[in-house]
Order: sequence, then C-alpha cells, then structure tokens
Amino acid sequence: MIEFRVNGRSFGTKQVLTSIEISLEEGRSLCIVGPSGCGKTTLLNALSGLEGDDKAVSWKGSAPEIGYLFQQPRLLPWRTLKQNLMLVDADESKVLSMLDAVHLKEYVDYFPTRISLGMARRASLARCLLLNPDLVLMDEPLVSLDSPTAQQMRQLIQKLICEDPQKNLIYVTHDLEEALEIGDQIIVLGNRPSEIVFSADASDLSKEMLESELRNQLGL
Amino acid sequence: MILEKLRDQIVALLVLLSVWFFAASMANSPLLPGPEQVASSIYIEWTQGRLLENLLVTLQRVVISFVSAMILGGLMGVMMGRVKLINRIFDPLLIMLLNIPALVVIILLYIWFGLVEAAAVAAVIINKMPNVAVTLREGARMFEPELEEMAQAYKFSFSQKVVDLWWPQLFPYVMVATRSGLALIWKIVLVVELLGRSDGVGFQLHLAFQIFDVATILAYSFAFIAVVQMIEWFILQPMEKYATRWQRGDQRD
Repeated sequence: MIEFRVNGRSFGTKQVLTSIEISLEEGRSLCIVGPSGCGKTTLLNALSGLEGDDKAVSWKGSAPEIGYLFQQPRLLPWRTLKQNLMLVDADESKVLSMLDAVHLKEYVDYFPTRISLGMARRASLARCLLLNPDLVLMDEPLVSLDSPTAQQMRQLIQKLICEDPQKNLIYVTHDLEEALEIGDQIIVLGNRPSEIVFSADASDLSKEMLESELRNQLGL
Repeated sequence: MILEKLRDQIVALLVLLSVWFFAASMANSPLLPGPEQVASSIYIEWTQGRLLENLLVTLQRVVISFVSAMILGGLMGVMMGRVKLINRIFDPLLIMLLNIPALVVIILLYIWFGLVEAAAVAAVIINKMPNVAVTLREGARMFEPELEEMAQAYKFSFSQKVVDLWWPQLFPYVMVATRSGLALIWKIVLVVELLGRSDGVGFQLHLAFQIFDVATILAYSFAFIAVVQMIEWFILQPMEKYATRWQRGDQRD
C-alpha cells in the first residue's frame, strides 16, 4: 500500500493545491483528471521532489522509488538513445533489453532529434522503467500522439506497468476514456485551489458517468 | 561540395594576390612590397631560423594566455549565469574590466611588476577574461530548465550534469568565446611583446618597424595568420563538427 499526503502548495500568494491525501493499494493504478491549471502537474512535481521542498509530501512508511515520465520526452538531444538510458543505469545489457521491450532495438544509436515523438516517448518510458520504480508518475504521456501511436504506447504502459504487481502508477490525463482504460481508481481534482472532488473505482464508472460527474463537480 | 568550396577560396585568394601585385607594381615603393618580396622575406627569416623560433615563442604565450583566460573567464561566467548573488557582486567588476583599454592594462602591469614574462601573460589574460565571462554567462543562463528537472528527477550525479547536461549546452558559447578569443589574444600578445619583451613575433615587428621594413612586418603577420588558420582548420572545425553531429543530418552516432 502506498499512502501519502501532499501538503498545500502555493505559488506566491496563490494557493494551487489544498492538502491532498491519497492511498493506493499495491499494484494498482490511479488516474487523476481535472481542468487545465488545476495543479495536476504540481502534484506530480511535489511527489517527485521537483518542488524543492522536503516537506511537500508526507509518506506513510518509507518513500517509494519514483520514476517520472514527463509530458515531453526530455531526452538529451546530443546523446543517443542508448547513451540517454545509460545515464540512468550503466548496465548496457539492461539498457538494450529495456529498449527492446519498447520496440526500439534498431534505434539504440540514434539521436532523439532523428526519431519521431512516439519513439522518443517510448525511449523515455524505457528510461523511467530502468529505475525499477515502485511508483511511476505519468503526466499526459499520450498527448500530441496520433491514434495508432497512442494505442501502441497505451499497450506498453499496460504491459510494463499496470500488469506488474510490484508497480503503482499515478497517471494524469484530460482524456476520460484513457483514464478509464488505464486506471483502477479515478480521482477528479476541482478548480484552484484544487482538492479531490470525486473519487471512485474505474470498474464502477463509464465514460458518460465520469463526464457527467466532472461537469457536476466543476459546475459546468 | 568541398571541392567547389576549395575552388572558390583559391579563386578569391588569387584575385586578392593579383590586386596586391598590381598595386605594389604601380606604387613601386619599399613601403608597399609585392607578394613575391614578402614571400622572399618569409623564406629568409625561415632559413635563418628566426621565423620558427619567434613564432613558437609567441604561440606559447598565446596558448598559456588563451587556456588561462578560457578557464578563469569560463568559471566566472558560468557562476554568474547560474547564481544571481554572484552575478550581482561581480557584474560591476566585469563591466569595468570590459571597458579598460588593453593598452592601459599592459602598461600598468609592466610598471607594477616589471618587464617580465608573468606580467606579459597576465596582461593578456586580464584583457581576454571578461569577454569569455560575458559569453559564457549568457550560455549558462540559457540552460534548459526542463532538462534540469529531468536530471533532478533521474538523480544525475554532479559529473553527469557537467559532462552530459551542461557542457553540451555551453559548447556553442565556448566555441564563440574560443574563436573571438584566439583572434583577440594573438593581437594583444603582439602588443605585449612589442612593448616589453625581447623575443616573439611582436618584438620582431618592433625591430622591422624601426627600419620601416614592411616586407618583414608582413612576413611575420602572414606567418602568424597562417598558424591561427591551421588551428581553425585542424582543431576547432573538427571539434565543432563532432560535437554538433546530432544537429545535422547524422541519424546515428
């Protein structure tokens, strides 16, 4: 079980997030949906320690090993895919096998500037998994991908993370269908300052129900 | 493509030499020697061993000054670009150093420390260091914040940050500082040698100036320009080509 509380976050005098408590059973995936600017990325940044504040998150028990998949791949453009991954894990055979797992075996010596966005996203997924994280954070990893590429990426996420009982996933998205497909649990964040306005098991929801709940909660 | 470029450069050089040759023929004066007289002067200085000896002395001063100015100015610039407090403290000093005439620095150091090698080299370093600092400060300010976050999230070590994250982003600025540095430093070194040293190309120019020997002045000048051009062709350009291969059409390493 992963349990944590993200303490309220403010930018200057503007409060972005209220205090949010989340618990996630081992091996389960949580999807966070909510309007733009409600603080979803701030929440992920706080969890990954990017907020520069040690007190941003209180973990119940020891803090898990975290892998963060950013919205953009954020690979170093001057390093090849293999070199990018070897910065995270120097074991070359492990890096090559991870690149193989995301179908990039033939592109290991390519620079990120010479491959498509979908391939770069897969490479960054491989980099994230090299950390062997207990908790994977994903910030809209399918945005700007065409439908077949997004589907391929979704399948990889399900196979490499959701089907692994050792891994938990917190997945931020705007796409309700995607949230229902990937998440075991869904939470909705309200407008700023954000708080959890709705929480349910994905199996109890349909896209229409979630859509209507989102509209109700946001007063649309 | 390379052959076409080479052909164009040779044509341009031949045109320049022809214009010079005709201008010298028309002037018919030792104050404007033709290319053949300058070539003859280069030959004489070379065979007597003076040209190589003085070129090496000057080159040594250039290399020491250049490397020192790049390291000190680079460190200063990067620190100023990354840490606001350091920038606030050193910015007035940097502006002052940028605006002191090179000649004033050279004269002051010779007066304070005497006509010694250390004063000569220090004068060149002080003249060049602020330019390097300003250029690299801009480079350090342009580091991608998203990649910084990625490096933090993936727990890059300090050495990984230096080698894999910061250095590649600084590299274009280092190349600008290197090119402008080489062009500036060797000219300042000649002034330093002319004013207070008894060897080097600058000293030879000083001797030639005493007797208005324009052919020797041009001989030494062209010889040193050729050395700097060799550095550009055989060191800087290959280095730049390798470091920026990811930006060109190269698909893979």
